[in-house]
Amino acid sequence: MKPGRPNAMTTTTAAAPLISKRAIIDWLGIAPFMIFALMFLIVPTLYLVTGAFLTPEGELTFKNIADLFTPSILSAYWISIRVSVASSLGGALIGFFLAWAIVLGGVPTWVRSGLLTFSGVASNFAGVPLAFAFLATLGRTGLVTVFLRDWFGFNLYSTGFNLLSFFGLTITYMYFQIPLMVLILTPALDGMKKEWREASEILGASTWQYWRMVALPILWPSLLGTTLLLFANAFGAIATAYALTGSSLNIVPILLYAQIRGDVLHNPNLGYALALGMIVITGISNILYIWLRMRAERWQK
Amino acid sequence: MKAQRLGAWIAIAIGAGYFIIPLLGTLEFSLRMRRGQYSFDAYQSVFSDIQFRETFGYSMMMAFLTIIFGMLLVVPTAYWVRLRLPQVRPVVEFITLLPLVIPAIVIVFGYLRLYNSSSILPLTGSTSGTNALLMFSYMTLSLPYMYRAVDTATRAIDVRTLTEAAESLGAKWPTILFRCIFPNVMSGVLSGSFITFAIVMGEFTMAALLNRPAFGPYLQLVGANKAYEPSALAVIAFAITWLSMGLIQLVSRFQKSAPAKA
Repeated sequence: MKPGRPNAMTTTTAAAPLISKRAIIDWLGIAPFMIFALMFLIVPTLYLVTGAFLTPEGELTFKNIADLFTPSILSAYWISIRVSVASSLGGALIGFFLAWAIVLGGVPTWVRSGLLTFSGVASNFAGVPLAFAFLATLGRTGLVTVFLRDWFGFNLYSTGFNLLSFFGLTITYMYFQIPLMVLILTPALDGMKKEWREASEILGASTWQYWRMVALPILWPSLLGTTLLLFANAFGAIATAYALTGSSLNIVPILLYAQIRGDVLHNPNLGYALALGMIVITGISNILYIWLRMRAERWQK
Repeated sequence: MKAQRLGAWIAIAIGAGYFIIPLLGTLEFSLRMRRGQYSFDAYQSVFSDIQFRETFGYSMMMAFLTIIFGMLLVVPTAYWVRLRLPQVRPVVEFITLLPLVIPAIVIVFGYLRLYNSSSILPLTGSTSGTNALLMFSYMTLSLPYMYRAVDTATRAIDVRTLTEAAESLGAKWPTILFRCIFPNVMSGVLSGSFITFAIVMGEFTMAALLNRPAFGPYLQLVGANKAYEPSALAVIAFAITWLSMGLIQLVSRFQKSAPAKA
């Protein structure tokens, strides 16, 4: 015992500071992570969220939120939502059939492993290069456009098709949406037990009845949840759209990009409100996704 | 059953077409630079561009630093949470998933307002400060993947026994962490690193808004000004992604075979 310490210290009072010291060390262990998360994730986001409710002078206001409901900003949200919904539904539909084909379609295993490997790559192949790939394929001098013109005399661009449009952006986004759906849905389909199918067949159900009354009720949380995830994924994406259309297609991330660069809305706090709107939309779809996934996992045990 | 198999093959054919045709289109377009015949002129033009080499090198260095610092942040945290603070696991996991919920453009918007030259921490006021901020932003972006990869690897080893064994042999904390835990979670660290590499090499938003000469903004610039080079760059970018993902598959195969040997 060190000199100067009172000798009359009881064991209980000596133990208490020891425990709290250990607890402090325990919490210090994750302090770097917490400081990092606060500095580079939470505080910057909260700064924007609070800024959305302030005037440039720092007074509380709801005017920024109300200003989001002006036609130009509403139309940006509307086209963003439409592109995200269309690409997530399209991605979910094609992705579901692909996952179904490799799990239940009786195709050779090399097709399955090949498709899953490719999906792992393609779901990460987004951003600027993806825009280049689609320009080289469906642009005015792209491979498919030229092929259709030279071999079938079919001019794609005379039908009103334009890659730099809502439809063009949707099919480009689907390039990373489909693989993501395949990756998430394959385990869910793998979890469908053979016994369920056999039981329903013994009870005289047709394939259609099996899917409608057994398989889909089990799968719908996975299906809907993953579609929501794809939606959020498309909603926050900017690089592909920016490289593809420049600023000609006015989706929310591109509007926000222009606002950050040069305050095109002439009100910095309206920019914060725009960001808040994005967080709310991606946040809600992610929360629903997590909730649906928890429901889906009940059946995968 | 026959019809089902036919349907499956039709689905596979449509999917494969959707995946492969854009790649073929890109490859074909990148070879078209010389009129009337296929050539590698576009690639030559890309590789001889000094900006390509500079931005590519810059992003490579950024990816490398992001991986090092990300590893130093994530591995001790994942280890510590498993060993001492299992009760905060949900909180930490939730935080690591946030970068998937909050769009990158919103995060960088926050940085620009919070760390501008008139704030208490003026990171964007200097070049090295902005570089550091960009690296932190990449660490944030890769956090969900890095943490999950490392956490999965930590689950496979018995953290407590390893720590106690090392402690009873007289090891200090740095020894335990760097010579005991790190080598054991290397497979997770590696797969996290490769995905981080793929993310950083193609990232556009953060680098463009922080005004740093990275590969992503360079790609966008070339796309806006040239005809055939973008396709060549897309082929190169796809090769990088493919390489990173291929290496992850390779690593995870090692991971699976490792416990069998032990």
